[in-house]
Amino acid sequence: MSRKPYVREISHTTWYLARRRDLLHMAQEVTSLFIGIYTIMLLWGVKALSEGPGAYQVFLDALGSPLVIAFNWITFVIMLYHSISWFSVTPKAMPVQIGEEFLPGGIIAAGHYIAWVVVSAVIYYLAGGFNG
Amino acid sequence: MTQRTVELSILRYRPEEDDKPWFQTYQVPCDEDWVVLDAINYVKDHLDGSLSYRWSCHMAVCGSCSMMINGDPALSCKTFIRDLPEGPVRIEPLANFPIERDLVVVMDDFMEKLQRVKPYLIRSTEKPLEEGQHLQSPAELKKFKQYTLCINCACCYSACPQYALIPEFIGPAALTLAHRYNQDSRDQGRDEREDVVASNEGIWDCSFAGACSDVCPKHVDPASAVQQMKIASTVDWFMRRLGLGGGKS
Amino acid sequence: METIKTDVAIIGAGGAGLRAAIAVAESAPDLKVALISKVYPMRSHTVAAEGGAAGVIKQGDSLEDHFNDTVAGGDWLCDQDAVDLFIRQAPVELTQLEHWGCPWSREKNGHVAVRPFGGMKNERTWFAADKSGFHILHTLFQTSLKYPSIERYDEFYCTDLIVADGVCQGVSAIEMRTGLMQLFQARSVIIAAGGAGWMFPFTTNGAIKTADGMAMAYRAGVPLKDMEFVQYHPTGLPGTGILLTEGCRGEGGILVNKDGYRYLQDYDLGPPDPWPRNKAMELGPRDRLSQAFWHEQKKGRTVGSRWGDVVYLDMRHLGEKKINEKLPLVRDLAASYVGADPVHELVPVRPVVHYMMGGIHTNIDAATPMPGLYAAGECACVSINGANRLGSNSLTELLVFGKRAGEHAVEHARSAAQPSESEIRQKGEEARKRVTDLFLREDGGENITTIRKEMNETMESGAGIYRAEDSMRETCDKVLELRERFSRVHLEDKSNVFNTNMLYTMEVGSMLEAAHAVAFSAINRKESRGSHQRLDYTARDDGSFLKHSLAYYQGEVEPRMDYLDVVITRSQPGQRVYGGSAK
Repeated sequence: MSRKPYVREISHTTWYLARRRDLLHMAQEVTSLFIGIYTIMLLWGVKALSEGPGAYQVFLDALGSPLVIAFNWITFVIMLYHSISWFSVTPKAMPVQIGEEFLPGGIIAAGHYIAWVVVSAVIYYLAGGFNG
Repeated sequence: MTQRTVELSILRYRPEEDDKPWFQTYQVPCDEDWVVLDAINYVKDHLDGSLSYRWSCHMAVCGSCSMMINGDPALSCKTFIRDLPEGPVRIEPLANFPIERDLVVVMDDFMEKLQRVKPYLIRSTEKPLEEGQHLQSPAELKKFKQYTLCINCACCYSACPQYALIPEFIGPAALTLAHRYNQDSRDQGRDEREDVVASNEGIWDCSFAGACSDVCPKHVDPASAVQQMKIASTVDWFMRRLGLGGGKS
Repeated sequence: METIKTDVAIIGAGGAGLRAAIAVAESAPDLKVALISKVYPMRSHTVAAEGGAAGVIKQGDSLEDHFNDTVAGGDWLCDQDAVDLFIRQAPVELTQLEHWGCPWSREKNGHVAVRPFGGMKNERTWFAADKSGFHILHTLFQTSLKYPSIERYDEFYCTDLIVADGVCQGVSAIEMRTGLMQLFQARSVIIAAGGAGWMFPFTTNGAIKTADGMAMAYRAGVPLKDMEFVQYHPTGLPGTGILLTEGCRGEGGILVNKDGYRYLQDYDLGPPDPWPRNKAMELGPRDRLSQAFWHEQKKGRTVGSRWGDVVYLDMRHLGEKKINEKLPLVRDLAASYVGADPVHELVPVRPVVHYMMGGIHTNIDAATPMPGLYAAGECACVSINGANRLGSNSLTELLVFGKRAGEHAVEHARSAAQPSESEIRQKGEEARKRVTDLFLREDGGENITTIRKEMNETMESGAGIYRAEDSMRETCDKVLELRERFSRVHLEDKSNVFNTNMLYTMEVGSMLEAAHAVAFSAINRKESRGSHQRLDYTARDDGSFLKHSLAYYQGEVEPRMDYLDVVITRSQPGQRVYGGSAK
């Protein structure tokens, strides 16, 4: 048998460095760690709340530390980036066909932004934000 | 017609002589309206008859001449020399596939995956031919039309980071083909395909890098098909939890 | 040499081969099918057909009209019994494809849409935008994956038919990725290996269309029929030869010369209505349109371009929406390869070799004169196309006769005598020797590229749109010379794995043999009919030539010619009338 197919091995740790497209993708994947940590923090808060005012105060104090504030700012920026990049691809994932034509992607993305603003406002209202 | 000499740097691999691939360079006098394939054909005809590669239609529809051009998968018959940056053009066989010889890759895995998603119309009851055609409105046709346009060039597998890391991944073209039939108003086979499509090697292996859609020469947008299937599969899951039926996953 | 035993071996996995394979699998699931192709099925050149497939479906159209259009379009060289069968089966086969999922374009009411096509009296061409062949091929390929009895042998290059006891009992093939010779022993064999456009320099055909199937049958003693009839498609992109479908004109595109004048009105195709009129002007048949270009060129009314002389295809008035919907591929191809966007610009075009009307002689059952051997698709000549094929008849033909070949191959496989195994093995060894001899051949100073180019040039000069005794004689002599020189070509690459140097060399060998049949059939047909136009015999001569040419292989020398009466059932030869007075 003269066949001898050659398999080009790729490095499982550095493969994404070769192409800009892959690097950006991995950057996006890695930044979701921040979102994950933020979620754990929120859950910690809920747990603290269930344990009584003392425990909750400890949680609130921890939130005030400069390190946590810095972390929250970074996460906020990353969250914005993820939201915008997700909204920009929603027309692919959730196309809307009316009659024969598909709704232009811009409208579907805009719908998501509007929903985002509305939901944010509702949460802000429920949290008492509009009462000064 | 103006000519320009272009250096092609082509990855060679002759299994009977070479232990590993190596680059060979050729100087090719190219016409201004040549595509990369024309330059490779020039090499084959005039400089080196031993170079092997696949090609046929020279009009971007047969899907056989895909290869890596300057690091990205593309059809060599649709990549114009004039659009490439000055300097040598680097040509390699499609990434993520074993090299059979020179620019020819082993397609077995791709072909097996196409077959696995049951890419044909499935009906619970066949309509007899005598009863004529199924009716399908232009809107119903448009719903899946884009996903019929795949030419099986496998550029998407070459660009897909998940396929590179997880060879079991069914991959963009095959999943898109499943979606094409799922979305066809005449088809009733989605449940049958779901066993393959929504398996561990199916849609959930996709990380939505979107590279497949970036490189697709026919703008099929496989990434969109896969995301739509993820959503449909998720909806099924919730519907079943709520006891409202829904396809299996 | 390994022997692979099968029931039906099919050579070629394009439209006809796939349709035949499915027909066998459906009608005889117990029979094994070996579907052997030198390329993956999706690469087969059916993929490049654009415009559509003809079949009567619309109110107001009739089978009789399709019959008459086809017979007159073929300049009465069609076998009318075959045409009759063809036009009746056409709508059935196209509906069958619909049932298999082909994404045909639709009317608002959900019915399949049809478009006008050249030489057709009524709208009857089913289409899937301008990628009809692509969708037909992929639908067939994907459907074929359902059937467990179909075993594919992708990238196996068939070299010779195995004929034992006068019966076709198999085929030898080289597995490209190992270089190993395999012997397929079969109870029936179907050739569906496509056309031969690559013997010409300027063609719409893909590089794989190299006459392999025709040459294989020819060498085995089966005659090639009507090989002199070579179709030039009037609208190819200059430079590359890429096809722009007749659908461009079906949708309303017009052809103009350098003065912006719709020149077809000067060639009995007028009046130049502003709207498309069936069978007139741009919707005339392909032979007449390509010939009109030749005359315009002689009159100096074509346009000089960097790719040679062209005329213009004007589609600007169709508007962007219609072009995007009906002709998206055409727009992409024209913009990419000649830099002209049909929405805003004139597109340069010129006639280009497109299709072989001739091919392996078969009867109405797709059976060749050799027991056990069937043929369908472009490599075959039934003949429904006569001296000039009408656009959109060929996609339907490969379905109708592909299926028929499959069904008749089943019948033969069921009744065939016990295989002559020792003779089959011996014939297999002979086939292998032909290939090993090529590998062992010493450098004889001949180069395969040079031979191919010289063949291309001589075929264009001697078997082009217009032909004359002198140039045809030169071409016959030249092909004879090239065949002799071919025997001195040696392989630059003697490796086993995916050796395309060997592949291309064998393909040139096939083309030279088929080219000889083309040139010799042409010089012996002393009349003008359909696509065979002679400057020295300008009229059709039904007295002497209402006959099919049959070319028989005679080894290294010129073929032996024989003739066969055309089957005429109800349409007596008449004048081909197009333009305003067409019926």
